[in-house]
Formats: sequence, C-alpha cells, structure tokens
Amino acid sequence: MSEVKTDLVDVEIDGVWYQFPKGMRMIEACRQAGVEVPHYCYHPKLTSPGNCRMCLVEMGMPPRPAPGAEAPAPDENGHLPIAWMPRPVIACANTIGPNMGIRTTGPLTEECRKGVMELLLANHPLDCPICDQAGECSLQEFSVEHGKGESRFRERKVKKPKNVAVGPRIRLDDERCIMCSRCIRFTDEIADDPVLGFTDRGSHTVLTVYPGRELANNYSLNTVDICPVGALTSNDFRFQMRVWFMRETNTIDTNCATGCNITVFARENKIYRITPRQNNEVNSDWMPDSHRLNFHWIESDARLTDPLVKDGDHHRLASWSEAIATAADKLSALDGSEIAVIASARMTNEELLIVNRLVKHLKAGHVDTVARVGEPDGYLISADRNPNTNGVKLVLGLEDPGSQIEAIKAGIEQGRIKAVITLQEDLVDDAGFTPELLGKLDFLLSTYPLANATADASDVVLPGAAWAEKSGTMINATGRLQRLNKAVDAPGQTLEPWEIVRDLIQATGGGNGIYAVTDLFKQLAAEVSEFSGLTWGQIGDLGVPLIETGVTIPLLEREKQRIASGLIVG
Amino acid sequence: MPLAVPPELEKEIDDHITHYPVSKRSAVLPVLHHLQHHFGYLSEEAVEWTAAKLELEPIKVLEVVTFYPGFRQEAPGKYHIRVCRTLSCAMAGSYELMDSLCEKTGIDRSGVTHHHPIAVSGDGNFSIEFAECLASCGFGPVCMVNDDFHEAVTNIDGLLSQYSK
Repeated sequence: MSEVKTDLVDVEIDGVWYQFPKGMRMIEACRQAGVEVPHYCYHPKLTSPGNCRMCLVEMGMPPRPAPGAEAPAPDENGHLPIAWMPRPVIACANTIGPNMGIRTTGPLTEECRKGVMELLLANHPLDCPICDQAGECSLQEFSVEHGKGESRFRERKVKKPKNVAVGPRIRLDDERCIMCSRCIRFTDEIADDPVLGFTDRGSHTVLTVYPGRELANNYSLNTVDICPVGALTSNDFRFQMRVWFMRETNTIDTNCATGCNITVFARENKIYRITPRQNNEVNSDWMPDSHRLNFHWIESDARLTDPLVKDGDHHRLASWSEAIATAADKLSALDGSEIAVIASARMTNEELLIVNRLVKHLKAGHVDTVARVGEPDGYLISADRNPNTNGVKLVLGLEDPGSQIEAIKAGIEQGRIKAVITLQEDLVDDAGFTPELLGKLDFLLSTYPLANATADASDVVLPGAAWAEKSGTMINATGRLQRLNKAVDAPGQTLEPWEIVRDLIQATGGGNGIYAVTDLFKQLAAEVSEFSGLTWGQIGDLGVPLIETGVTIPLLEREKQRIASGLIVG
Repeated sequence: MPLAVPPELEKEIDDHITHYPVSKRSAVLPVLHHLQHHFGYLSEEAVEWTAAKLELEPIKVLEVVTFYPGFRQEAPGKYHIRVCRTLSCAMAGSYELMDSLCEKTGIDRSGVTHHHPIAVSGDGNFSIEFAECLASCGFGPVCMVNDDFHEAVTNIDGLLSQYSK
C-alpha cells in the first residue's frame, strides 16, 4: 500500500489537486482529471515530437528559496505554494512532478492557442465545405474554440501539391497538412514501413512519399484515421458521405480471429466506412486495410433476398413458411445418421448454441464447420481467418473444427450421407465440395448472404444475414468474449441465421420459445459453464476475457514494450 | 544504377562516420557533403547510397537533402557560379552581374524556381545560382566559381577566361 503511495505525486490542475503516478505526461494527467488540452501531433500510441505547440499550458513548481531565506510553508493539506513560470510548456512531452501546478486556462495559454491557430490557419485552405474531414476535424474544432474567427493574413497562401496518390488507397492534399507528423510516426513506429517524410522543410514543408515508393502497407488507412485534418483521405470513402449524417455502430471485425473492435458508419441502411475503435486488449487503435475495406460485398447484386425452392432445374421464389416446411418434410423422412450439419465459425455463439440444438434434435450424425487458415501478418491478422473458432469449440463442442469435412465428403460420395444443412458457408468455394458431389445428395439446404455455387446446387436456399446485419457474441483468438452489433438491416426477406435455425427446429417438431438473440445469450449463460454469470450488458463495447488460450497479438506485445520503456503513453 | 563511390572516398566517409558513435544518423550531413563534393550533386542514387550506409530509410536522407539549399539535387556545370544577392552586393550590382554572366555563358535562367535554383549552360560548362551573403560585404558584387572567391567583380570576361578550359 505504502509502495503505491510513494509513486504518486500531488498535481494541481486548474486549481484542483489530484494524485497521479510520477512521470506521467502532463497531457495524460489532464485527460484523467477531465480537463481537455487541445493537441494535434500528440497521440498516446506514438512518440511525442512536440511539434504542433497546441498543447502549451502554464506550469509551476514550489519556489526555491534564496540561500538563507525561509522555505515556503505547506498549507493545511500539505501542498506547497506554486510559483508559476512566465513561459508556457508543452503538456504532451513534459512529465508531472511533485507539487506541480498546471493551468490550462488563463490569458497565457489562451494567447498561445490563439497564436498557434493563427499560424496553422495562415496557409490552410478554406475548403471545409468540400473536405471529407469536416465535422471530425481537430483544426475545425479548435478553430471554433481557440481561433480568432477572422484572419489577419493578407498575403498569398503557399501553394503545395494537391490530390497526390501517396498509395493505392490514400490521397494527400499537402495544403491541408498541418505537419503534425502523426502519419510519419505511424508508418515508422507501428507499420514498419517508413516511406513518408517531410521534404523542403521551411515555409514550403511538404509531406512526401519517397520517390518510387508508395504508402501501400496493409495498415496504411490508419494514417487517414489519425490525420487530425483532411490532408490524408481514403480513396474508398472520400466524397461519399458527410460524417455528421452517418450513424455509428460499435461492433467487431469478423475477418479473422483477432476480432478488431470497429465502428461501422452507415446512413439509410448503407455502410459507408469502417474505422478501428480503441481496445487496448485487442487491436489498440488500429486495423488492417484488407479487413476495413471488406464490406462492399454486403451491397452486392448477388445478395439473396428471398427464400428459394428448387423446382425442376431452376429455383423459384418461396415464402419462408413454404421453404421451411419443404426442408422439414425432407429432413423428417431421413434418419439422423444420414444428415450432416455444416455450420460456420463465422457464426455467433448464440447461433452456434441453436445450431447445437438443431443437431441434437435431428440427431444428425455429422457436424462440423469450415476452417479458414491463412498466414498471420505479425501485426493484427491472425492465422485463423474465422472470427469465432473458439466459440465453435466451446458452444458447438467440436474439438477440432474443420477436421470432419473430408469424412462428410466421403460419406456423400458413398451415399451414407443423404442430406446436408449448410449454414452461412459456401461449400463449393470455401470447403472444396464439387457441384457434382453435392448433386449426389437427396437434399441440400443452404443459408448464405450471397448467391453462389452452393446455392445453385441447393434444394432450399435461405437468405441469411451478413455480419453487419446481426447481433451476437464471438470469442476471439485470445479468448475474449466480444459483442457483434447490428449496424444495418438485411435486405428483403433475409433473416438472421439463428431465426432460420429456430424455425427449422420448430418445423421439425422441436418446440422452443426464443424471440430475441438475448434470450439465447441467457441460455448460453445457463448452459455453458464458461459463460455462467455473464449478462449481455456486462460484455459492453470492449468485451470481457472469457477463456485462457495463451494466444497473444504481436502488435499489442510490441506496444506493451514501448509503453514499458516510456516511449509512448499507450 | 548503384553509385560508384571510389574506395578512397568510401574510406574517408567510413572514417567520418566513426566521429558519431551515438547515432549513425548524425553522420548524414558529412556523408552528403563528401558525396556532393565528389559528384557535384546528390543524385537519387547518392541518397540511397547514404541511406544504406547509415542504415536509414532513404526518406530520412531526402528530408535532409531538401532542407539545405547548399545540397544540390541536379547536376551543375563544370564550373558552378554562385552570385551573392544579399543587400550590399545587390546594391553594388549583383543582379546586373548575374545578367551579364548569364549572357556571356549562354545560360537561360527563365526556368529557375525556388526548388530548382540552378541553371546550366547548354554546353554544360557553366551553371549559376544566386547565393546569400558570402561574407565580403565591403567588396560587392561578390561571387564564387567552384571554390574560388572573387570580390568586386567588374571584369566579367577576365573572370570567365580563367575557367574557359
């Protein structure tokens, strides 16, 4: 207890005394005290060069008495009087010390901020109406709070390169750049691809990508997120939608087992962009470009919108009740040992729970999911490209997901397996089933968001919602339980996979009274020991650790080292 | 094409790098000076050679090269003339001196910009640029031709004749 005490120092921030660990950055102490210090170049995950000067604050320490003079006496709370320095200091790179005073308001800091703003705006184009950053631009926000309102600058603004393709996914407007160097530090320190730098330093400083190189690494779009102004814009998002029109949904990425925390920005049921959301236990502040941009297929023309039933050699539209009844008829006529259920490790725990019910209810002899394995990238992308393999193990009870697929193929080949129910998986493209093999089946039911070769071969095709159109929980590679939240409505008659499975169980004679996905979570908490005691609300936006897997995320490990060595705040 | 640095120059550079034991990055200026002195300018290859030598990313070297007007990224002529244009020399006629030198050497300065300050004669013998104070304000106009210093330049033909080979 006393050990902890000695590490804390008393700091007065805007007249109120706080205790913070010694050596903490002033800006971080202010943040934790709920006092905002405006800044551009400082980012807690990057080193602090202290070059934007926006975070200047007043600082003071107890006066040092002249030799022979009486030392200042502490007040009744043990705090010494503070002698304020006549000049400001930057809060981002200076650390707190015992009995330090910080003033973030008052004439000196206000004058400093005004001055910095005026200099930054002197050469900044006034193109906010056509700038993608407008609405989430630090320069705009601080200009309102700390700017002068009008410009004294009567000279010509400096001309710099505009609309520069610095990489395949990013465009640069050098006139908008305020030279905070966050992007340079990101590519340097996090992405290990230092291709950006400032050339022609002086009144004509230009952010440059080294001639002949490009900013093409798979984390490049994070520079767009951390750019405090509209200098770096995403080719995919620029000019698509004003940011204030979009609704934000906190959810998780489903492209790999890391489960990066993300925010989905949508308007009128259309997703416009995805940005990483801070979670220091999963993805820090970052995410890979490949995952971020993998959402346009949700709007694909190939989306299934209605249940389809095979009629001769083609499919015709059917109602849900007809499609489900057709499936129930076929399945009821078969013995469980003749039925295989192929679920997906892209399904949520809730969906897997109800799939497990279906398997038991049909006494299906074969059950598996499709494995997806790729190369880990050493940053955030896991080798396991399924988002919920741990959920499959825990909830569906498979020991080695994906290991039975070949046996199921052989079973179909030999005629032992007569019916396959495939849920949210494309057996032809992703699991190596040939249409000929699927043709040997008496009955094939498939659910998937998109039309594909498996749907082609299916007797009943059911439109199942995509990841952004459903809610649930998943367990990432490190064993963290995280929430997937619905961001947009699914098109047409599409249902969430758990609803489809519920209806199938009901139609084949198994009753249940599940009306919401949260009911399934309650059952999970009641039935699966790892979940016991958990509630939907407890999981929150950042998830909770659920199981020990021993898996670590390389990028996070490196970040922890940088925090430990004091390079970054974290 | 990799830069062909003669072994004796490379030895000199390696020796100079040892003067900066804490961070090789600090040696970037002296290395660039060596290369510019030898090659006359700093080509893309020179930037990359320096980066490889100091285990830096090329962009870090390019940042330095573009900061100092003293580093040239384009090849100068055989004789590079620098005409002082700071106040004393300007008043003593350095702009006229520049015009005359351009006329006599056949240099067209119309393409000169802030980022491309050097103009080269068609035959490649001469190149010219303005320089800031060359520290001889009492004897303007002043210019330098390569490393030679010339004060109170009035006899332009005489000056150029020294460099006619």
